[in-house]
Amino acid sequence: MSVDKDIVKRVARLARIAVSDEEAEALKGELNTILGFVEQLNEVDVTGVEPMTSVVAVEMKKRTDVVTERDQAAKIVANAPVREEHFFVVPKVVE
Amino acid sequence: MSDLTTLTIAEIRDGLAAGRFSALELTQAYLAAMEAARELNAYVVETPDKALGMAAESDARIARGEARSLEGVPLGIKDLFCTEGVHAQAASRILDGFKPVYESTVTGNLWADGAVMLGKLNMDEFAMGSSNETSCYGPVVNPWRSAGSNAPMVPGGSSGGSATAVAARLCAGATGTDTGGSIRQPAAFTGTVGIKPTYGRCSRWGIIAFASSLDQAGPLSRTVRDAAIMLKSMASVDPKDTTSVDQPVPDYEASVGQSVKGLRIGVPREYRIDGMPPEIEALWERGKAWLADAGAEMVDISLPHTKYALPAYYIVAPAEASSNLARYDGVRYGLRVPGDDIVSMYENTRAAGFGKEVKRRVMIGTYVLSAGYYDAYYLRAQKVRALIKRDFETVFADGVDAILTPATPSAAFGVAEKAVASPIEMYLNDIFTVTVNMAGLPGIAVPAGLDDKGLPLALQLIGRPFDEEMLFRTGQVIEDAAGYFVPERWW
Amino acid sequence: MNQAAAKPRTSKLIKGATGDWEIVVGMEVHAQVTSHAKLFSGAPTGFGGAPNDHVSLVDAAMPGMLPVINGECVAQAVRTGLGLDAEINLRSVFDRKNYFYPDLPQGYQISQYKQPIVGEGTVTVDLADGETVTVGIERLHLEQDAGKSIHDQHATMSFVDLNRSGVALMEIVSKPDIRSADQAKAFLTKLRSILRYLGTCDGDMEKGNLRADVNVSVRRPGEPLGTRCEIKNVNSIRFVGQAIDFEARRQVGLIEDGGTVEQETRLFDPGRGETRSMRSKEEAHDYRYFPDPDLLPLEFDQAYVDQLAAGLPELPDARKERFVGAFGLSPYDADVLVAEKENAEYFEAVAEGRDPKIAANWVINELAGRLNREGREIADSPVSTEQLGAIIDLIGEGTISGKIAKDLFEIVWAEGGDPRVVVDERGMKQVTDTGAIEALVDEIIAANPDKARQVREKPAMLGWFVGQVMKASQGKANPQAVNALLKEKLGV
Repeated sequence: MSVDKDIVKRVARLARIAVSDEEAEALKGELNTILGFVEQLNEVDVTGVEPMTSVVAVEMKKRTDVVTERDQAAKIVANAPVREEHFFVVPKVVE
Repeated sequence: MSDLTTLTIAEIRDGLAAGRFSALELTQAYLAAMEAARELNAYVVETPDKALGMAAESDARIARGEARSLEGVPLGIKDLFCTEGVHAQAASRILDGFKPVYESTVTGNLWADGAVMLGKLNMDEFAMGSSNETSCYGPVVNPWRSAGSNAPMVPGGSSGGSATAVAARLCAGATGTDTGGSIRQPAAFTGTVGIKPTYGRCSRWGIIAFASSLDQAGPLSRTVRDAAIMLKSMASVDPKDTTSVDQPVPDYEASVGQSVKGLRIGVPREYRIDGMPPEIEALWERGKAWLADAGAEMVDISLPHTKYALPAYYIVAPAEASSNLARYDGVRYGLRVPGDDIVSMYENTRAAGFGKEVKRRVMIGTYVLSAGYYDAYYLRAQKVRALIKRDFETVFADGVDAILTPATPSAAFGVAEKAVASPIEMYLNDIFTVTVNMAGLPGIAVPAGLDDKGLPLALQLIGRPFDEEMLFRTGQVIEDAAGYFVPERWW
Repeated sequence: MNQAAAKPRTSKLIKGATGDWEIVVGMEVHAQVTSHAKLFSGAPTGFGGAPNDHVSLVDAAMPGMLPVINGECVAQAVRTGLGLDAEINLRSVFDRKNYFYPDLPQGYQISQYKQPIVGEGTVTVDLADGETVTVGIERLHLEQDAGKSIHDQHATMSFVDLNRSGVALMEIVSKPDIRSADQAKAFLTKLRSILRYLGTCDGDMEKGNLRADVNVSVRRPGEPLGTRCEIKNVNSIRFVGQAIDFEARRQVGLIEDGGTVEQETRLFDPGRGETRSMRSKEEAHDYRYFPDPDLLPLEFDQAYVDQLAAGLPELPDARKERFVGAFGLSPYDADVLVAEKENAEYFEAVAEGRDPKIAANWVINELAGRLNREGREIADSPVSTEQLGAIIDLIGEGTISGKIAKDLFEIVWAEGGDPRVVVDERGMKQVTDTGAIEALVDEIIAANPDKARQVREKPAMLGWFVGQVMKASQGKANPQAVNALLKEKLGV
């Protein structure tokens, strides 16, 4: 499997990273190198092998249904690049 | 009084207790050393006021007889850790100006034990890199140089700032994180000790995520004992991290110096890779001999899926990263680059905010998870990962107590030396360390010698899950035999 | 039992210009889990709240934040699964659904994709015409709600409020077993009722705590499924019906005019009563699902499920059966009473120690009718179960007549008070003193000699005399006593 420039652009779009034609060209080569490198996994017989879903085999811990964090809007928006009172502000989203 | 910055954490503890110097004096010595070493580019932010305040508090505590386990010990913190009210940017432009309103569990543990914060340490952007050259603050310089050369060497990565700071005596110890070798490889390149604990031993809460199923925090230090002291403080059971494991933290220091007589040390044949430099081969042989001399039994073992760990890693880690880094969108924190609409705002922000290596990995991760490729890449890699883990389980079930391997396939290389190489060449740096992350096991890198150019080399010991004590025990044997390695000061 | 799926009734078909069409509907219902805290954080779930005040560091996706699941939300999902007679999966997995949107701070939604917590189940739906339809449940999974973007505060900017971000939702997916708008409405009504009985979702559609995505397609009876359109986020049961009717006719019209139905997402516009295409996304979604590495598989044992099952309340179907079986109510009355948990509970409190049929009659006709007229819920009924019970008791004891009881009900509704005291104070007791009644009877007979003669031939006229006597007594005379005396004196 190898990627062409269109695929690079589509993936960049999916990842929301603007790429120029030039960058797409360079990325195409790099991605193909990496994809070529990982190709060797096809040598491995994985028949009947369960994929790893957790590194540690323990029961998932759960929180109790108690409110521990509230009324901290000022903290939540403290680092926002643009805010209006306690709202985050973004370019208008058209539904 | 000799230079306070040469003291190990264990020596600091004794010296402070005995009143030979104050925490304030110690911190001041480090602040001076940091200032004199700016060309190494180890620190991205220095926090002298905070350090002096914390040191004064430590002196007060010591005076009251209330010293804690790391009282007054000056530490550097990798920029990946969120530290309340202080800079935390993961060495990325995208987190420009970010000051978390919270403290990571690991650093919180260290401060609760009396440690003093000197500042934030440089690293590869989002911990993606093996040479500390992907940082938005520029490369970190290794305090070690090749004999007869002034060319700057890389300290390894991603915890390159941590490794350099420890090796150059710019902190008594440092925190690092390790996703594929990011503690052990820079430790190896700088003659320092670095341990990646078992996955789940240190809380990941408040540590900026790279690849969630692989990331683990751990210490970099000058000695095995210091690593044990630091890990005891860093490790904890954290209800805020689902993957933190509910197991009491043992007194790691107690295992330092324990006999290794009768232990079975596995030597995996698959780590003898094609084209391995003879000096690495020789180093490994010396390591076996040291452990055997100390009474351990060397056992040839096989970990058949070793060679697939790195390719599987380069699917799993970028996939998780592509998702973990989706939150950097210019809305709630960090950099925002305007655009005509919301989508172009995202695209511009992320294009300007992420560096090349990060973009590359986000792209790979996005691709391997995208429709139609999931089974061929991600699912397959996770199956291979299960096989890698099974290899280790089989060996440990056969009675092997620890596994001895080289830490890296080479010593440190020059800054920009691999800039033109294919990404794969850089990735190969992690060939011996990455299996440990894939299987979630603990691994320690211990300095074991110098190469023919006078650059440090290290051996790695790999243990059973949650048996870090075995690594401190066996690691101390290597340290005892190999001695300490201190770079000559040129900066 | 699945009559709808097996044999469509002709009445469910819609007539097109070229013949009959069958509507096929499946629903994805998003139900907000009733819990204090969010699915993966300790922030509150309450409606309202100042902007970003119900937000934790986890909900805002601050760097390094990690999700930890709320055990109660898991329990609520299992309870709901049990209430839907569904298979409970002892192992399920949380996945990340990746996409960029300003009200999705993590850049992904934590959801369950391939391995949901609840598998197949069923909901039995009784329709007004007596038909019973079984709608299959495909699955139920837990997921995070998104925040809100507010578009009307600024000309060129949207404001983002994350208060809802991370609130637990259950997505309940039905099979395409629904064949009409009425069935769809009845299904949603029944599902809402089950959720409310269980206490796992408050079912408040106005607040968006229950909303439905409706998948509609049409086909010729017996043909394979047609292309479906998804109508997103319909937030009232009435709208669900309107949306399906409109959409089905639109699709039939399209096909009959030689066109084809495009698979797309549509919005229902309640103002116009029509669905319209959402601006089609410029690119196909590629959510890149993968198991969330911050979480572990969700596992529990059968004992945990059994324990939750043991704690479940009685559900509408069981309650209806009991109302019919033990109380002798008609299936229709039972249905009306059990639909809303509060109504059923009110009724049971009134029926306690009384004739259930009379209690049902009062609750359904007098009380519910009155509440309806004023648009009130039974929870804020001005007449309490004790008050209504006392009114029924007063009738039973013969203290007041049924007619007076209605007046009494109005007084208690408007002014409150203990019905017994009201009856005393206002002299509403019916007269049972035979002497007094006899005097009135004699008076009426004497005043109407012609009618008294006629009644012997036409006994039906007796009712007229009863009416006259009751009127003269201002309704307080005991009707039985009046009846008996009149019969005796008139020789009927």
